[in-house]
Amino acid sequence: MSMSHNKIPVTVAEVVTLNPLIKRFRFVRRDGASLPAFSGGAHVVVEMDDHGTRRMNPYSLMSAPSDTTGYEISVRRDDVGRGGSLYLHQHVKVGDDLVISAPVNLFGLDLQAKKHLMLAGGIGITPFIAQMALLSAMAGRFELHYAARNPGLAAYADDLRARYGDRVQLYYDDQDQKIALAPLLAGQPLGTHLYVCGPKGMIDWVRRTATDMGWPQQCVHYEEFLAPPTGKPFQVELAASQKTITVGPDQSLLEAIEAAGVDAPYLCRGGACGQCETDVVSCDGHIQHHDHWLSDEEKATGHKIMPCVSRFEGRSLVLDR
Amino acid sequence: MPKTVFEPSIKSRPTYGVLEHRPGTAHLMVADAEGAQALLDLAHSAPPTLWTQAMIVYIPGRSGQQFTQALANLSPSQLHISPSYAAAQPRLHKILQTAHAGLQIYLAGTESLMGQAQAAAMAVGVPHRAVQMEHRGSLARRVQCVHCKGITENVTTDPFECSHCGLNLFVRDHYSRRIAAFQGVNIDAEDPGQVPPAVERFT
Ligand code: FES
Repeated sequence: MSMSHNKIPVTVAEVVTLNPLIKRFRFVRRDGASLPAFSGGAHVVVEMDDHGTRRMNPYSLMSAPSDTTGYEISVRRDDVGRGGSLYLHQHVKVGDDLVISAPVNLFGLDLQAKKHLMLAGGIGITPFIAQMALLSAMAGRFELHYAARNPGLAAYADDLRARYGDRVQLYYDDQDQKIALAPLLAGQPLGTHLYVCGPKGMIDWVRRTATDMGWPQQCVHYEEFLAPPTGKPFQVELAASQKTITVGPDQSLLEAIEAAGVDAPYLCRGGACGQCETDVVSCDGHIQHHDHWLSDEEKATGHKIMPCVSRFEGRSLVLDR
Repeated sequence: MPKTVFEPSIKSRPTYGVLEHRPGTAHLMVADAEGAQALLDLAHSAPPTLWTQAMIVYIPGRSGQQFTQALANLSPSQLHISPSYAAAQPRLHKILQTAHAGLQIYLAGTESLMGQAQAAAMAVGVPHRAVQMEHRGSLARRVQCVHCKGITENVTTDPFECSHCGLNLFVRDHYSRRIAAFQGVNIDAEDPGQVPPAVERFT
Protein backbone atom coordinates (compact mmCIF):
# COMPACT_ATOMS: atom_id res chain seq x y z
CA MET A 1 0.00 0.00 0.00
CA SER A 2 1.41 3.34 -0.94
CA MET A 3 1.10 5.99 1.70
CA SER A 4 1.65 9.01 -0.49
CA HIS A 5 -2.02 9.61 -1.29
CA ASN A 6 -2.78 9.92 2.42
CA LYS A 7 -0.79 13.07 3.10
CA ILE A 8 -2.38 16.23 4.39
CA PRO A 9 -0.63 19.62 4.07
CA VAL A 10 -1.16 21.57 7.29
CA THR A 11 -0.16 24.79 8.98
CA VAL A 12 0.76 25.08 12.65
CA ALA A 13 -2.02 27.16 14.19
CA GLU A 14 -0.97 27.06 17.84
CA VAL A 15 1.98 26.02 19.98
CA VAL A 16 1.46 25.84 23.74
CA THR A 17 4.20 25.08 26.26
CA LEU A 18 2.53 22.97 28.93
CA ASN A 19 5.52 22.27 31.12
CA PRO A 20 9.29 22.10 30.73
CA LEU A 21 9.03 18.88 28.72
CA ILE A 22 5.75 18.97 26.86
CA LYS A 23 4.42 21.20 24.09
CA ARG A 24 1.09 21.03 22.38
CA PHE A 25 0.70 21.73 18.66
CA ARG A 26 -2.49 22.45 16.75
CA PHE A 27 -2.60 21.84 13.01
CA VAL A 28 -5.17 23.14 10.54
CA ARG A 29 -5.42 22.36 6.85
CA ARG A 30 -3.49 24.73 4.65
CA ASP A 31 -6.44 25.05 2.27
CA GLY A 32 -8.81 25.83 5.16
CA ALA A 33 -10.96 22.76 4.56
CA SER A 34 -11.92 20.41 7.37
CA LEU A 35 -9.76 17.46 8.35
CA PRO A 36 -10.89 13.83 8.15
CA ALA A 37 -12.86 12.61 11.15
CA PHE A 38 -11.01 10.16 13.39
CA SER A 39 -11.74 7.91 16.33
CA GLY A 40 -10.21 8.17 19.81
CA GLY A 41 -6.81 6.47 19.94
CA ALA A 42 -5.81 7.40 16.37
CA HIS A 43 -2.41 8.80 15.51
CA VAL A 44 -0.93 10.79 12.65
CA VAL A 45 2.60 10.66 11.31
CA VAL A 46 4.22 14.10 11.25
CA GLU A 47 6.85 14.66 8.57
CA MET A 48 9.72 16.95 9.31
CA ASP A 49 12.71 18.07 7.34
CA ASP A 50 15.27 18.13 10.13
CA HIS A 51 18.17 19.90 8.45
CA GLY A 52 18.21 17.54 5.50
CA THR A 53 17.06 14.39 7.33
CA ARG A 54 13.45 13.47 6.77
CA ARG A 55 11.81 12.49 10.05
CA MET A 56 8.40 10.91 10.27
CA ASN A 57 7.20 10.47 13.83
CA PRO A 58 3.83 9.12 14.97
CA TYR A 59 1.83 11.12 17.54
CA SER A 60 -1.56 10.33 19.04
CA LEU A 61 -4.32 12.82 18.33
CA MET A 62 -5.63 14.31 21.55
CA SER A 63 -8.20 16.79 20.31
CA ALA A 64 -11.88 15.86 20.46
CA PRO A 65 -12.69 13.44 17.62
CA SER A 66 -15.74 15.55 16.83
CA ASP A 67 -13.55 18.60 16.06
CA THR A 68 -12.51 18.46 12.40
CA THR A 69 -11.32 22.08 12.26
CA GLY A 70 -7.94 21.07 13.62
CA TYR A 71 -5.86 18.27 15.12
CA GLU A 72 -3.85 18.54 18.33
CA ILE A 73 -0.86 16.52 19.45
CA SER A 74 1.33 16.76 22.53
CA VAL A 75 5.02 16.16 22.16
CA ARG A 76 7.36 15.24 24.96
CA ARG A 77 10.89 16.41 24.34
CA ASP A 78 13.33 13.53 24.18
CA ASP A 79 16.83 14.87 24.63
CA VAL A 80 18.62 11.62 23.93
CA GLY A 81 16.43 10.39 21.07
CA ARG A 82 17.05 10.81 17.38
CA GLY A 83 15.70 14.28 17.17
CA GLY A 84 12.10 14.35 15.88
CA SER A 85 10.69 15.63 19.16
CA LEU A 86 13.59 18.04 19.67
CA TYR A 87 13.03 19.40 16.20
CA LEU A 88 9.36 20.04 16.93
CA HIS A 89 10.22 21.67 20.24
CA GLN A 90 13.01 23.87 18.99
CA HIS A 91 12.15 24.75 15.42
CA VAL A 92 8.43 24.47 14.73
CA LYS A 93 6.50 27.71 15.23
CA VAL A 94 3.03 29.05 14.55
CA GLY A 95 2.55 29.59 10.82
CA ASP A 96 4.98 26.84 9.74
CA ASP A 97 3.89 24.40 7.09
CA LEU A 98 4.12 20.66 7.73
CA VAL A 99 2.81 17.52 6.15
CA ILE A 100 0.97 14.92 8.22
CA SER A 101 -0.57 11.56 7.33
CA ALA A 102 -4.27 10.87 7.51
CA PRO A 103 -5.18 9.45 10.95
CA VAL A 104 -4.81 5.74 11.55
CA ASN A 105 -6.19 4.02 14.63
CA LEU A 106 -4.28 1.07 16.04
CA PHE A 107 -5.53 1.70 19.57
CA GLY A 108 -9.27 1.99 19.15
CA LEU A 109 -11.87 1.46 21.83
CA ASP A 110 -13.72 -1.84 21.71
CA LEU A 111 -17.29 -0.68 21.98
CA GLN A 112 -18.50 -4.17 22.97
CA ALA A 113 -16.91 -3.47 26.34
CA LYS A 114 -19.15 -2.92 29.37
CA LYS A 115 -16.53 -0.61 30.81
CA HIS A 116 -13.25 0.92 29.70
CA LEU A 117 -10.38 0.93 32.18
CA MET A 118 -7.55 3.20 31.02
CA LEU A 119 -4.02 3.28 32.39
CA ALA A 120 -1.73 6.08 31.27
CA GLY A 121 1.92 6.67 32.04
CA GLY A 122 3.40 10.11 31.33
CA ILE A 123 2.87 11.33 27.78
CA GLY A 124 0.87 8.12 27.18
CA ILE A 125 -2.10 10.20 28.35
CA THR A 126 -2.72 11.69 24.90
CA PRO A 127 -4.80 8.99 23.15
CA PHE A 128 -7.01 8.72 26.24
CA ILE A 129 -7.91 12.40 26.11
CA ALA A 130 -9.56 11.85 22.72
CA GLN A 131 -11.10 8.56 23.83
CA MET A 132 -12.61 10.03 26.98
CA ALA A 133 -14.13 12.87 24.96
CA LEU A 134 -15.75 10.23 22.76
CA LEU A 135 -16.92 8.05 25.64
CA SER A 136 -18.33 10.88 27.67
CA ALA A 137 -20.29 12.10 24.62
CA MET A 138 -21.86 8.65 24.28
CA ALA A 139 -22.30 8.12 28.04
CA GLY A 140 -19.86 5.20 28.04
CA ARG A 141 -18.51 3.90 31.31
CA PHE A 142 -14.82 4.59 31.85
CA GLU A 143 -12.14 5.19 34.45
CA LEU A 144 -8.65 6.62 33.95
CA HIS A 145 -5.62 5.96 36.13
CA TYR A 146 -2.85 8.35 35.21
CA ALA A 147 0.68 8.06 36.57
CA ALA A 148 3.28 10.81 36.07
CA ARG A 149 6.62 11.70 37.59
CA ASN A 150 5.28 14.70 39.47
CA PRO A 151 2.32 17.11 39.34
CA GLY A 152 4.31 19.57 37.23
CA LEU A 153 4.75 17.02 34.49
CA ALA A 154 1.25 15.58 34.62
CA ALA A 155 -0.01 17.42 31.56
CA TYR A 156 -3.77 17.90 31.49
CA ALA A 157 -4.26 16.28 34.92
CA ASP A 158 -6.14 19.29 36.33
CA ASP A 159 -8.26 19.65 33.20
CA LEU A 160 -9.21 16.02 33.21
CA ARG A 161 -10.00 16.06 36.91
CA ALA A 162 -12.20 19.09 36.41
CA ARG A 163 -13.99 17.51 33.47
CA TYR A 164 -14.41 13.94 34.69
CA GLY A 165 -14.11 14.14 38.49
CA ASP A 166 -13.57 10.86 40.28
CA ARG A 167 -13.34 8.94 37.06
CA VAL A 168 -9.79 10.27 36.86
CA GLN A 169 -7.26 9.05 39.45
CA LEU A 170 -3.77 10.52 39.62
CA TYR A 171 -0.53 8.96 40.85
CA TYR A 172 2.79 10.76 41.28
CA ASP A 173 6.10 8.90 41.40
CA ASP A 174 7.77 11.60 43.50
CA GLN A 175 5.07 11.12 46.16
CA ASP A 176 5.58 7.36 46.05
CA GLN A 177 2.12 6.78 44.68
CA LYS A 178 1.71 3.70 42.57
CA ILE A 179 -1.32 2.24 40.83
CA ALA A 180 -2.47 -0.71 42.99
CA LEU A 181 -2.89 -2.82 39.90
CA ALA A 182 -3.93 -6.23 41.21
CA PRO A 183 -6.81 -4.97 43.39
CA LEU A 184 -7.82 -2.53 40.67
CA LEU A 185 -8.09 -5.32 38.10
CA ALA A 186 -9.76 -7.72 40.51
CA GLY A 187 -12.55 -5.26 41.18
CA GLN A 188 -13.59 -4.66 37.57
CA PRO A 189 -16.88 -6.02 36.28
CA LEU A 190 -16.80 -8.86 33.77
CA GLY A 191 -16.71 -7.44 30.24
CA THR A 192 -14.28 -4.62 31.13
CA HIS A 193 -11.62 -3.80 28.56
CA LEU A 194 -8.22 -2.58 29.67
CA TYR A 195 -6.16 -0.02 27.75
CA VAL A 196 -2.60 0.94 28.56
CA CYS A 197 -0.32 3.52 26.98
CA GLY A 198 2.97 4.59 28.49
CA PRO A 199 6.56 3.48 28.91
CA LYS A 200 7.52 -0.05 27.98
CA GLY A 201 8.02 -1.15 31.59
CA MET A 202 4.50 -0.07 32.48
CA ILE A 203 2.94 -1.78 29.47
CA ASP A 204 4.77 -5.03 30.23
CA TRP A 205 3.74 -4.89 33.90
CA VAL A 206 0.09 -4.26 33.10
CA ARG A 207 -0.11 -6.93 30.39
CA ARG A 208 1.64 -9.52 32.54
CA THR A 209 -0.54 -8.83 35.58
CA ALA A 210 -3.74 -8.93 33.53
CA THR A 211 -2.77 -12.22 31.86
CA ASP A 212 -1.89 -13.80 35.21
CA MET A 213 -5.26 -12.72 36.54
CA GLY A 214 -7.14 -14.34 33.69
CA TRP A 215 -7.96 -11.34 31.52
CA PRO A 216 -8.52 -12.53 27.95
CA GLN A 217 -6.02 -11.07 25.53
CA GLN A 218 -8.91 -9.64 23.46
CA CYS A 219 -9.71 -7.39 26.43
CA VAL A 220 -6.22 -5.97 26.88
CA HIS A 221 -5.14 -3.21 24.49
CA TYR A 222 -1.86 -1.39 24.52
CA GLU A 223 0.05 1.12 22.50
CA GLU A 224 3.67 1.92 22.66
CA PHE A 225 5.42 3.98 20.06
CA LEU A 226 8.92 2.67 19.96
CA ALA A 227 11.28 5.33 18.75
CA PRO A 228 13.52 3.73 16.14
CA PRO A 229 16.77 2.97 17.93
CA THR A 230 19.99 4.46 16.70
CA GLY A 231 23.00 2.30 15.87
CA LYS A 232 25.92 1.72 13.55
CA PRO A 233 25.40 2.57 9.89
CA PHE A 234 24.80 -0.42 7.58
CA GLN A 235 24.19 -1.22 3.94
CA VAL A 236 21.15 -2.90 2.49
CA GLU A 237 20.37 -4.10 -1.00
CA LEU A 238 16.79 -3.58 -2.19
CA ALA A 239 16.33 -6.40 -4.70
CA ALA A 240 13.03 -5.38 -6.29
CA SER A 241 14.07 -1.78 -6.87
CA GLN A 242 17.70 -2.69 -7.63
CA LYS A 243 19.20 -0.17 -5.28
CA THR A 244 21.81 -0.33 -2.57
CA ILE A 245 21.29 2.07 0.29
CA THR A 246 23.17 3.08 3.40
CA VAL A 247 21.25 3.52 6.65
CA GLY A 248 22.72 6.30 8.76
CA PRO A 249 23.36 5.98 12.51
CA ASP A 250 20.28 7.97 13.54
CA GLN A 251 18.12 7.04 10.60
CA SER A 252 15.78 4.04 10.52
CA LEU A 253 15.90 1.49 7.72
CA LEU A 254 12.42 2.59 6.66
CA GLU A 255 13.53 6.21 6.48
CA ALA A 256 16.54 5.23 4.40
CA ILE A 257 14.33 3.23 2.00
CA GLU A 258 12.05 6.25 1.64
CA ALA A 259 14.99 8.60 1.19
CA ALA A 260 16.10 6.44 -1.75
CA GLY A 261 12.77 7.15 -3.41
CA VAL A 262 11.33 3.67 -2.82
CA ASP A 263 7.72 3.59 -1.67
CA ALA A 264 7.35 1.29 1.35
CA PRO A 265 4.26 0.53 3.42
CA TYR A 266 3.90 1.64 7.04
CA LEU A 267 1.27 2.70 9.54
CA CYS A 268 2.71 3.05 13.03
CA ARG A 269 6.43 3.46 12.35
CA GLY A 270 6.88 2.01 15.82
CA GLY A 271 7.18 -1.75 15.40
CA ALA A 272 3.61 -2.53 16.42
CA CYS A 273 1.24 -2.68 13.47
CA GLY A 274 2.93 -5.16 11.12
CA GLN A 275 2.33 -3.04 8.04
CA CYS A 276 5.99 -2.61 7.08
CA GLU A 277 6.87 -6.34 7.29
CA THR A 278 9.42 -7.10 4.59
CA ASP A 279 10.83 -10.39 3.30
CA VAL A 280 14.53 -10.99 3.66
CA VAL A 281 16.03 -12.44 0.47
CA SER A 282 19.38 -13.19 2.02
CA CYS A 283 21.21 -12.25 5.15
CA ASP A 284 24.83 -12.71 6.05
CA GLY A 285 25.00 -11.20 9.50
CA HIS A 286 22.67 -10.43 12.33
CA ILE A 287 19.27 -8.69 12.18
CA GLN A 288 18.61 -6.60 15.30
CA HIS A 289 14.86 -7.05 15.69
CA HIS A 290 13.34 -4.27 17.77
CA ASP A 291 9.65 -4.73 16.93
CA HIS A 292 6.69 -6.18 18.87
CA TRP A 293 5.22 -7.67 15.73
CA LEU A 294 7.21 -10.75 14.70
CA SER A 295 7.05 -13.80 16.94
CA ASP A 296 10.24 -15.01 18.58
CA GLU A 297 10.36 -17.91 16.10
CA GLU A 298 10.02 -15.56 13.14
CA LYS A 299 12.76 -13.39 14.55
CA ALA A 300 14.99 -16.42 14.97
CA THR A 301 14.57 -17.62 11.37
CA GLY A 302 15.52 -14.19 10.02
CA HIS A 303 13.18 -14.42 7.03
CA LYS A 304 11.41 -11.18 7.87
CA ILE A 305 12.32 -7.72 9.10
CA MET A 306 10.33 -4.68 10.28
CA PRO A 307 12.25 -1.76 8.73
CA CYS A 308 10.56 0.92 10.85
CA VAL A 309 12.55 -0.06 13.95
CA SER A 310 14.95 -2.93 13.19
CA ARG A 311 18.57 -2.72 12.15
CA PHE A 312 21.32 -4.96 10.82
CA GLU A 313 24.92 -5.71 11.53
CA GLY A 314 27.04 -7.92 9.29
CA ARG A 315 28.22 -8.50 5.78
CA SER A 316 25.15 -8.25 3.58
CA LEU A 317 21.39 -7.95 3.78
CA VAL A 318 19.13 -8.21 0.73
CA LEU A 319 15.45 -7.31 1.05
CA ASP A 320 12.53 -7.98 -1.24
CA ARG A 321 11.59 -4.34 -1.67
CA MET B 1 -7.26 -34.17 20.40
CA PRO B 2 -10.94 -33.22 20.46
CA LYS B 3 -13.24 -36.16 21.09
CA THR B 4 -15.75 -35.13 18.42
CA VAL B 5 -14.52 -34.82 14.86
CA PHE B 6 -16.58 -32.58 12.59
CA GLU B 7 -16.60 -32.62 8.80
CA PRO B 8 -14.87 -29.57 7.32
CA SER B 9 -17.49 -26.92 6.63
CA ILE B 10 -18.13 -23.23 6.03
CA LYS B 11 -16.56 -20.56 8.22
CA SER B 12 -19.71 -19.76 10.18
CA ARG B 13 -19.89 -23.33 11.51
CA PRO B 14 -18.36 -23.25 15.02
CA THR B 15 -15.42 -25.45 15.86
CA TYR B 16 -14.45 -26.64 19.31
CA GLY B 17 -11.26 -27.40 21.15
CA VAL B 18 -10.19 -29.17 24.29
CA LEU B 19 -10.65 -27.48 27.65
CA GLU B 20 -7.45 -26.40 29.31
CA HIS B 21 -6.82 -24.80 32.65
CA ARG B 22 -6.13 -21.07 32.37
CA PRO B 23 -5.18 -18.68 35.13
CA GLY B 24 -8.11 -16.71 36.47
CA THR B 25 -9.62 -15.26 39.61
CA ALA B 26 -12.72 -17.47 39.30
CA HIS B 27 -13.83 -20.27 36.99
CA LEU B 28 -17.31 -20.86 35.63
CA MET B 29 -18.04 -24.24 34.04
CA VAL B 30 -21.25 -25.07 32.27
CA ALA B 31 -21.79 -28.58 30.94
CA ASP B 32 -24.56 -30.88 29.84
CA ALA B 33 -24.74 -34.71 29.61
CA GLU B 34 -21.40 -36.19 28.41
CA GLY B 35 -19.87 -32.72 28.72
CA ALA B 36 -19.23 -33.73 32.35
CA GLN B 37 -16.48 -35.97 31.04
CA ALA B 38 -14.63 -33.01 29.60
CA LEU B 39 -14.58 -31.45 33.09
CA LEU B 40 -13.43 -34.72 34.63
CA ASP B 41 -10.65 -34.93 32.03
CA LEU B 42 -9.69 -31.35 32.77
CA ALA B 43 -9.22 -32.41 36.40
CA HIS B 44 -6.34 -34.69 35.30
CA SER B 45 -4.23 -31.77 34.15
CA ALA B 46 -5.53 -28.85 36.21
CA PRO B 47 -4.17 -27.99 39.67
CA PRO B 48 -6.56 -28.96 42.51
CA THR B 49 -6.82 -25.28 43.45
CA LEU B 50 -8.86 -24.76 40.30
CA TRP B 51 -11.84 -26.44 41.91
CA THR B 52 -11.84 -24.29 45.01
CA GLN B 53 -12.56 -21.31 42.73
CA ALA B 54 -14.90 -23.18 40.39
CA MET B 55 -18.64 -22.92 39.97
CA ILE B 56 -20.16 -25.78 37.97
CA VAL B 57 -23.59 -25.61 36.37
CA TYR B 58 -24.51 -29.08 35.12
CA ILE B 59 -27.51 -30.25 33.11
CA PRO B 60 -27.44 -34.08 33.14
CA GLY B 61 -29.95 -34.57 30.28
CA ARG B 62 -29.70 -38.00 28.70
CA SER B 63 -26.78 -38.99 30.95
CA GLY B 64 -28.99 -39.07 34.04
CA GLN B 65 -27.14 -39.62 37.31
CA GLN B 66 -24.06 -41.08 35.62
CA PHE B 67 -21.67 -38.19 36.23
CA THR B 68 -23.15 -36.16 39.05
CA GLN B 69 -21.25 -37.92 41.83
CA ALA B 70 -17.95 -37.66 39.99
CA LEU B 71 -18.50 -33.93 39.53
CA ALA B 72 -19.31 -33.54 43.23
CA ASN B 73 -16.08 -35.40 44.02
CA LEU B 74 -14.12 -32.59 42.35
CA SER B 75 -15.30 -30.45 45.31
CA PRO B 76 -16.07 -27.33 43.31
CA SER B 77 -16.96 -24.26 45.37
CA GLN B 78 -20.46 -24.50 43.89
CA LEU B 79 -22.24 -27.27 41.98
CA HIS B 80 -25.69 -26.62 40.57
CA ILE B 81 -27.59 -29.45 38.91
CA SER B 82 -30.36 -28.27 36.64
CA PRO B 83 -33.03 -30.15 34.68
CA SER B 84 -32.63 -27.98 31.57
CA TYR B 85 -30.74 -25.02 30.21
CA ALA B 86 -33.86 -22.90 30.57
CA ALA B 87 -33.98 -23.78 34.26
CA ALA B 88 -30.30 -22.97 34.71
CA GLN B 89 -30.48 -19.69 32.83
CA PRO B 90 -31.48 -17.30 35.64
CA ARG B 91 -28.64 -18.56 37.81
CA LEU B 92 -26.17 -18.35 34.97
CA HIS B 93 -27.18 -14.79 34.19
CA LYS B 94 -26.86 -13.84 37.83
CA ILE B 95 -23.37 -15.33 38.00
CA LEU B 96 -22.29 -13.51 34.83
CA GLN B 97 -23.78 -10.21 35.84
CA THR B 98 -22.08 -10.11 39.21
CA ALA B 99 -18.77 -11.66 38.12
CA HIS B 100 -15.52 -9.75 37.90
CA ALA B 101 -13.06 -9.55 35.05
CA GLY B 102 -10.67 -12.46 35.39
CA LEU B 103 -13.47 -15.04 35.32
CA GLN B 104 -12.58 -17.97 33.04
CA ILE B 105 -15.45 -19.64 31.26
CA TYR B 106 -15.41 -23.33 30.28
CA LEU B 107 -18.28 -24.89 28.31
CA ALA B 108 -18.64 -28.58 27.51
CA GLY B 109 -21.27 -30.79 25.95
CA THR B 110 -23.76 -30.18 23.17
CA GLU B 111 -23.59 -27.33 20.71
CA SER B 112 -26.94 -26.04 21.84
CA LEU B 113 -25.80 -25.67 25.43
CA MET B 114 -22.41 -24.21 24.58
CA GLY B 115 -23.84 -21.83 22.02
CA GLN B 116 -26.45 -20.46 24.40
CA ALA B 117 -24.04 -20.11 27.32
CA GLN B 118 -21.52 -18.41 25.03
CA ALA B 119 -24.19 -15.97 23.84
CA ALA B 120 -25.03 -15.21 27.49
CA ALA B 121 -21.35 -14.47 28.17
CA MET B 122 -21.10 -12.29 25.08
CA ALA B 123 -24.12 -10.33 26.26
CA VAL B 124 -22.16 -9.18 29.32
CA GLY B 125 -19.18 -8.17 27.19
CA VAL B 126 -17.00 -11.31 27.18
CA PRO B 127 -15.30 -11.69 23.78
CA HIS B 128 -16.54 -14.91 22.17
CA ARG B 129 -13.03 -16.17 21.58
CA ALA B 130 -12.25 -15.89 25.28
CA VAL B 131 -14.78 -18.63 26.05
CA GLN B 132 -13.40 -22.18 25.93
CA MET B 133 -15.61 -24.88 24.48
CA GLU B 134 -15.28 -28.64 24.12
CA HIS B 135 -17.89 -30.66 22.28
CA ARG B 136 -19.01 -33.94 23.86
CA GLY B 137 -22.03 -36.11 23.32
CA SER B 138 -24.96 -35.58 21.01
CA LEU B 139 -24.62 -33.75 17.72
CA ALA B 140 -28.27 -32.71 17.85
CA ARG B 141 -28.70 -29.15 16.65
CA ARG B 142 -30.60 -26.13 17.76
CA VAL B 143 -32.12 -24.73 14.58
CA GLN B 144 -33.89 -21.50 13.84
CA CYS B 145 -36.50 -21.53 11.10
CA VAL B 146 -35.63 -18.60 8.82
CA HIS B 147 -39.33 -18.23 7.96
CA CYS B 148 -41.14 -18.07 11.32
CA LYS B 149 -37.96 -17.47 13.44
CA GLY B 150 -39.05 -20.21 15.83
CA ILE B 151 -36.28 -22.31 17.35
CA THR B 152 -36.46 -26.10 17.41
CA GLU B 153 -34.19 -27.89 19.86
CA ASN B 154 -32.62 -31.32 19.47
CA VAL B 155 -32.89 -31.61 15.73
CA THR B 156 -31.32 -34.90 14.67
CA THR B 157 -32.68 -35.35 11.15
CA ASP B 158 -32.35 -33.43 7.93
CA PRO B 159 -34.79 -32.28 6.72
CA PHE B 160 -37.07 -31.89 9.71
CA GLU B 161 -40.39 -30.28 10.41
CA CYS B 162 -40.31 -26.87 12.12
CA SER B 163 -41.89 -27.31 15.55
CA HIS B 164 -43.48 -23.87 15.24
CA CYS B 165 -44.80 -23.35 11.70
CA GLY B 166 -44.62 -26.90 10.41
CA LEU B 167 -42.57 -26.15 7.28
CA ASN B 168 -40.12 -28.81 6.11
CA LEU B 169 -36.68 -27.38 6.80
CA PHE B 170 -33.29 -28.21 5.39
CA VAL B 171 -30.58 -27.75 8.06
CA ARG B 172 -27.72 -25.54 6.96
CA ASP B 173 -24.24 -25.22 8.49
CA HIS B 174 -24.84 -21.49 8.57
CA TYR B 175 -24.72 -20.54 12.26
CA SER B 176 -25.65 -17.44 14.21
CA ARG B 177 -23.54 -16.91 17.29
CA ARG B 178 -25.91 -14.32 18.68
CA ILE B 179 -28.89 -16.66 18.87
CA ALA B 180 -26.73 -19.80 19.08
CA ALA B 181 -28.61 -21.63 16.33
CA PHE B 182 -28.16 -23.12 12.88
CA GLN B 183 -30.36 -21.95 10.07
CA GLY B 184 -33.27 -24.04 8.74
CA VAL B 185 -34.59 -23.23 5.26
CA ASN B 186 -37.80 -24.49 3.65
CA ILE B 187 -36.91 -27.33 1.33
CA ASP B 188 -40.15 -27.65 -0.69
CA ALA B 189 -40.98 -24.03 -1.38
CA GLU B 190 -40.88 -24.52 -5.17
CA ASP B 191 -42.65 -27.89 -5.24
CA PRO B 192 -44.76 -28.21 -2.11
CA GLY B 193 -44.81 -31.79 -0.91
CA GLN B 194 -41.58 -32.76 -2.70
CA VAL B 195 -39.67 -33.50 0.50
CA PRO B 196 -36.70 -35.88 0.43
CA PRO B 197 -36.75 -38.52 3.18
CA ALA B 198 -35.38 -37.35 6.51
CA VAL B 199 -31.90 -38.69 7.28
CA GLU B 200 -30.47 -39.00 10.80
CA ARG B 201 -27.52 -36.67 10.43
CA PHE B 202 -27.00 -35.27 13.91
CA THR B 203 -26.88 -38.01 16.49
S1 FES C 1 5.19 0.45 10.41
FE1 FES C 1 4.09 -0.57 11.96
S2 FES C 1 5.42 -2.20 12.41
FE2 FES C 1 6.57 -1.04 11.04
